Amino acid sequence: MTIAFEPWMYVAVLPEILLVVLTLVVLGLDLALPEERRGGLGWLTAGGLTAIILVGFAVAMPAGEPRLMWGGMLRHDWLGFAFKLTALFAAAATSLLSMDLAQVGKRGEYYLLLLASTLGMMLMGSAADLVMLYLAIETTSIPLYVLAGFLTRDDKSTEAGFKYLLFGAMTSAVMLYGFSLLYGFTGSTNLYELASLAQAGQLSLASVFGSLLLVLVGFAFKISAVPLQFWAPDVYEGAPTPVAGFLSTASKAAGFAVLVRVLMAVFPGIQPYWGAVISALAVATMTLGNFFALSQKNIKRLLAYSSIAHAGYALIGVAAISMPGSTLGATSVVFYLITYVVTNLAAFGAVAAVGRVTGSDEIASYAGLSRRSPWLALVLLVALLSLSGMPPFGGFVVKFAVFAAAVEVNLIWLAVIGVLNSIIGLYYYLTVLKVVYLYRSEEEDKPMPVPGGYALGLLVLCVGILLIGTLFAPWFSFSSGAAAALF
Amino acid sequence: MQFPIISFIVFTPILAGVLLLLFPADRKTEVRVTALAAATFSLALSIWLYFSYNLPQGGYQFVEKYAWLPDLGISYHVGVDGMSAPLVLLTGVVMFTGVLISWKIDDRPREFFAFLFILATGVFGVFVALDLFMLFFFYEIAVFPMYLLIAIWGWKETREYAAMKLTLYLFVGSVIALVGALAMYFMSGLKTFDMLALEGANFPIWFQNIAFPFVFFGFAVLGGIFPFHNWSPDGHVAAPTAVSMFHAGVLMKLGAFAALRVGIMLLPEGAKTHMPWIILLTLVNVVYGAYIASVQNDFKYVIGFSSVSHMGLVAMGFATLNREGMIGAGVQMFSHGVMTALFFAVVGMIYDQAHTREIPRLSGFRLFMPVVAVAFIIGGLVSMGMPGFSGFIAEFPIFMGVWATYPWIAIVAAISIVLTASYIIRIISKVFFGQLPEEFEGHITDVTVLDKLALVVLSVILIGVGVYPQIMVPLVESGVNNVLRLLGGA
Repeated sequence: MTIAFEPWMYVAVLPEILLVVLTLVVLGLDLALPEERRGGLGWLTAGGLTAIILVGFAVAMPAGEPRLMWGGMLRHDWLGFAFKLTALFAAAATSLLSMDLAQVGKRGEYYLLLLASTLGMMLMGSAADLVMLYLAIETTSIPLYVLAGFLTRDDKSTEAGFKYLLFGAMTSAVMLYGFSLLYGFTGSTNLYELASLAQAGQLSLASVFGSLLLVLVGFAFKISAVPLQFWAPDVYEGAPTPVAGFLSTASKAAGFAVLVRVLMAVFPGIQPYWGAVISALAVATMTLGNFFALSQKNIKRLLAYSSIAHAGYALIGVAAISMPGSTLGATSVVFYLITYVVTNLAAFGAVAAVGRVTGSDEIASYAGLSRRSPWLALVLLVALLSLSGMPPFGGFVVKFAVFAAAVEVNLIWLAVIGVLNSIIGLYYYLTVLKVVYLYRSEEEDKPMPVPGGYALGLLVLCVGILLIGTLFAPWFSFSSGAAAALF
Repeated sequence: MQFPIISFIVFTPILAGVLLLLFPADRKTEVRVTALAAATFSLALSIWLYFSYNLPQGGYQFVEKYAWLPDLGISYHVGVDGMSAPLVLLTGVVMFTGVLISWKIDDRPREFFAFLFILATGVFGVFVALDLFMLFFFYEIAVFPMYLLIAIWGWKETREYAAMKLTLYLFVGSVIALVGALAMYFMSGLKTFDMLALEGANFPIWFQNIAFPFVFFGFAVLGGIFPFHNWSPDGHVAAPTAVSMFHAGVLMKLGAFAALRVGIMLLPEGAKTHMPWIILLTLVNVVYGAYIASVQNDFKYVIGFSSVSHMGLVAMGFATLNREGMIGAGVQMFSHGVMTALFFAVVGMIYDQAHTREIPRLSGFRLFMPVVAVAFIIGGLVSMGMPGFSGFIAEFPIFMGVWATYPWIAIVAAISIVLTASYIIRIISKVFFGQLPEEFEGHITDVTVLDKLALVVLSVILIGVGVYPQIMVPLVESGVNNVLRLLGGA
């Protein structure tokens, strides 16, 4: 398969190109500016990313049939586009939420690493070739290892970085082994070529299934699905809070993008097998995540387990795709992830804003927050209730969508397990809100300043949660556009 | 295009709630006045809606319909019929009186009224929803503010436990009903959540028989049906006064109403299959609830269990699936809502002064709170089903309906009337008559004008419906006719 070069391909990757330019600008300014003037780098990064999102909407929106480009390395389609924008948005929000954080926000290399990782995620969303996919995943992961361990004087942070690196490297090696087997069986690295070979019946299902299981290890690590979830709580706890937010949202969404593309769109022939595997993963992931979240005393660990549980809910949608006759499955997954990214960023943002003043992430230290800072308390309320699936917040609509997707293909038992899990979820989110709103603290009269970056970032995220939760038609059609491009 | 009165009713509270959150925290008086203004506006709109419903025309009126998520057939579709119009009015009344008697709340009144109003929007939304998705959307909105309202402003002893218990119970119920509703959506093949369309879906009987218990019980949990009632007395007792009023007065109706709208009206064959045994559960509600109420020593628990008993009558009326039973149930939802709001208001006023709710320790309150005493007696007469009060208008048809189908159940259920009379009369004689104990002397004062206004409004409604049932019964009957049509003119 040869894909001839055409000029439109430049336009299609214009967001990526601009992102590289932005990265270089940040790097240059970091070198040129004296240390006390680097505070504006966060605003520059956030503003630049917003501009790239707008440019992306203006010129890089896929129209018509999905097309392969750049020698078959990338695919220009709605799925990639949707996840590109999600990654850019998450990075913009993360830089807003980071810039007033001591030892993080004023350092240029922080933004550099963030942007490099974002570039990897954008490519993950549209990669159509195993080589490109692997490159993209590593471009995403390596900066994230450094970011997780960014607070070099903090033992927990370095531990987090190192742990993340070790587990990441191991799973990525297993995944690479899977890739090499796929190449060995077929002689091709292009996903869509593999797909047509598989559909033509020229591949033995068992060998493809086996190699894909190895590949799944890498993906499951990215989305923190059971049994590869155990790194998440330690890493989130140790990493700087905005980085943990970024890890739990953008990185996870990108992981889902490749999971959906590789397992579901490209190998429809073996879907029924996947249905069982993914359903089992979904059940284990959400149940384990929720049960472990129940006993957490640290809010970042609680959010880590909750984000594991949310990967489980999204997997319900993935399981639905793999059943025959699913019209909602793919849409619900994309919709779920977009909403989850916005919501979880708000949650981590509020935690970062509180943590930088109190210096603690223990849930007990949130006592009296609603008196000390009613607005931050409200942000936490909105974010946690959205995570628990309450209207009028986004979380309700998307849970509704994934459960509907499951019921549509007669996976009613899976929907019921999901529903029961969301009850456990509600319990621990309410427990946090109880501390925030009910308990008193001696420090509740002390002021809790919220710098401009946090205020803007959290405002945008909360408005986003409410918009998704009430005027959901445009988001839904955006998601279903992405889903339609899969096939 | 006509004035979108229903949208105004639904969204006024939540917009007012958001507005309240923008006030500075120390502007407590301004917060209260704004809250009262919003509540008055909602009440005025709901009165207007109630009286401008065109009875001869019948059916769903003031309908508004906009596409919400056309890809899935979700629309914003609202309207009221004879069943829901009284409940909208009830919500307006309870919201208004709830704000009046919450004037004293001094701990973060801004957040209190904001959460209370979000809750009110959820309640209004469910009563007017004609779209299944929308019904769930508002139903859940009505559930979560409850947690915070009880946990923050509730009775210190049990509030955390009761709030969590209540929220989880209701959430479990609603999500189980949700799965049933999703199954209905896909089973119908109509690609719409519009309940008017789903009414004509003709689900196969086997499906109705399976789905009905999930949907019915999912919602009936909030209606306090046995054996899923035990969140309710705990929740009522722990809640602050206005929230108890809202909770017992309106929220339990939400459960009963949704069980009717989604359970009985969309799955009529399922209802016919299962109601003969469900009516036994409601019998337990009615008699057992009344019995437990009569042996309680805590004033608020008495009222809490009396709600379980009276809501059992509502469910029993529905379970008869005949005209009389359903009319009675429809009126009972309204009557009990107003009555129990009045009871909880009275309990709150007494507790605020006496700082105890132990019935044996209370005595002689008529001397200092004559208006409160009179109001409670009126509520008590309603509760006992005395002619001339709304309770009679409601309970008499229910018993008629039950007699027509299962005479022996009517006989057993009648025990509850005696039990009710016993606990009401015991409270009246113990709490309001007799001498004021020494420990209270000197620091018991009469309630404020706002409190009296709230009690008068509630009492007047109870008597009004009692002496002039024409104001409500024909309306409810038109709603019941619609249900009976779906049940095949039974």
